Amino acid sequence: MNNRTNAVWAIIFVIAAIFLGWRIATGNFGRIYVKGDPVSVKAEDGSVAASWQTYTKVPPRDHLESGVSVSIPRTIGLWASAILTLCIFSFLYGDNPFYKTAESIVVGASAAYLMVIGFWTQIIPNLIGNIVPDWTRAWATPGLDPEAKADLVYLLPLILSIMLLWRLAPVGGWISRWPLAFFIGATAGFRLIGFMEADFVAQIRATIIPIWVRNPAGGVDIWASVGALTMILGVISCLIYFFFSLEHKGIVGRTARLGIWFLMVTFGAGFGYTVMGRIALLSQRLEFLFYEWLWLNNPTADAVSGTASLIMPALGG
Amino acid sequence: MYEFLKTLDRRWVFLLMFLAVATPILLKVTFPEKPSAMVMDVFRAIEDLPEGSKVLMAWDVDPASRGELEPMASAFTRHCAEKKLKMYYMALWPLAVPMIQDSIRILEREYPHLEYGKDYMNLGYKPGNEGVIKVVITNIRKLYTTDHYGTGVETIPMMNGVSSVQAMDLIVNVSAGDPGTKQWVQYVATPFNKRMVAGATGVQAPQLYPYIPAQLIGILGAIKAAAEYEQAVIDGYPHLARIATAKEGLRRMGPQLVGHVLIVLLVILANVIYFIGRRRGDTR
Repeated sequence: MNNRTNAVWAIIFVIAAIFLGWRIATGNFGRIYVKGDPVSVKAEDGSVAASWQTYTKVPPRDHLESGVSVSIPRTIGLWASAILTLCIFSFLYGDNPFYKTAESIVVGASAAYLMVIGFWTQIIPNLIGNIVPDWTRAWATPGLDPEAKADLVYLLPLILSIMLLWRLAPVGGWISRWPLAFFIGATAGFRLIGFMEADFVAQIRATIIPIWVRNPAGGVDIWASVGALTMILGVISCLIYFFFSLEHKGIVGRTARLGIWFLMVTFGAGFGYTVMGRIALLSQRLEFLFYEWLWLNNPTADAVSGTASLIMPALGG
Repeated sequence: MYEFLKTLDRRWVFLLMFLAVATPILLKVTFPEKPSAMVMDVFRAIEDLPEGSKVLMAWDVDPASRGELEPMASAFTRHCAEKKLKMYYMALWPLAVPMIQDSIRILEREYPHLEYGKDYMNLGYKPGNEGVIKVVITNIRKLYTTDHYGTGVETIPMMNGVSSVQAMDLIVNVSAGDPGTKQWVQYVATPFNKRMVAGATGVQAPQLYPYIPAQLIGILGAIKAAAEYEQAVIDGYPHLARIATAKEGLRRMGPQLVGHVLIVLLVILANVIYFIGRRRGDTR
């Protein structure tokens, strides 16, 4: 970038920083208000066995109502989310330490979350809970079926899991290949069946359709017929394009060329859909930053609903 | 000008895109949507179910697809709640659990008369990808011994008589990728001839169209179809028009329009620059 471009970008960042500084100085953004509702569970004798509070998010304009308070943990979460979003966005300007930090946090948090949720949703109820149900019910999952009996078949997946983890041991790493071979074989087996049935046989059946489509009155439905003909032409020409046992010359070559056109239209449609998807993701993140973090013209907060003001009025609404 | 445009730094394009998306968001620009025939097929698949029908709400999503799929998930939830259908939420993606909880919060806030365990329940996430589908289609209790909160499924009233996913009257899948709609079609909709509708990300939607209409009743492809479906639900249940969060997809179509216009202009501009360069013999 030349000096003039650098200067323009510097001005843009300074304007953004001034705006943020002004919002921080006025203090009217970046907080989450909650309202506490007491919940209690009664014992059989009518006494209160347990009680706690549940907190529901409320719009900022309700902050003066009784029982409404700033939720510190949720506010920290909001700021963390906003700062991490900006860190990730900073990659658009160029690779930098902020982006790297945010990326590492995402990877680490996702891995930890996956491990914890896998442990509590699969290993505890479905593995340990089936091998030693009474013990599992006693310390981990009280809701487990009280009549459940030990099912020792589940020792088999337990043994396979231990064999798989053997890879981490200093010796005998080859042991992990056996369960791996089992998983690959089983997965290939049922994937083959799924693809054969849904993507091969059913798709061939879906292509065998009448070219002249009749409407309920008995006449020819022109547009439906054009659609059917286009689909059949597309399928045949694309199949011929990928058929390499014949040289692509003459009628075969011309049909293959038509197949390329169908493929290009398909790729174009795919690109269009991808653009739509990416813009939707960007608008969702900007909505988060503008509405939830900066409190700019939030349509879901009742305080500004129906008003033309760009900046959400002070907390009093 | 030619030299400037030919060597334009891509960061200016990013800035333009930011402005194109941010401006309609701040100005709350929205456009009317007319549901397409495909969206109406999805709408009618739910609308025509009798009250109390069982619907599997399979949310195979993650936060990265939230911008596109959350409006669909919320609209499906509201539509099923309005129809008084029984909703069974489950997920094949670990990060889908918070989004299921978002859907359940809609039910708690907007439909307080509906009761957990009687009208809706959260089976939660199970690891195993399509392996989970293969099990639940024949025996749901083999894998789901408890719901997401650790309550035994045998104590949950709406699980009475539900031994497998075959008991469901309709499968509603919101999918961000694999495992998702493709696997539900492969292992449930096709072999067991189950009725199914889906909402998918834009990237995934073109791969799913060949399944319509024999294997899938219809799909909502990307945010455009989500907005149309929201409109269809609002047309059917006009009181939802008062709820701002019921129009998330509709709201996101403003930035879509301006963003797409910008992309089209940039594609045209890039082609013009290319052809000018070719005519000048500029091979850089």
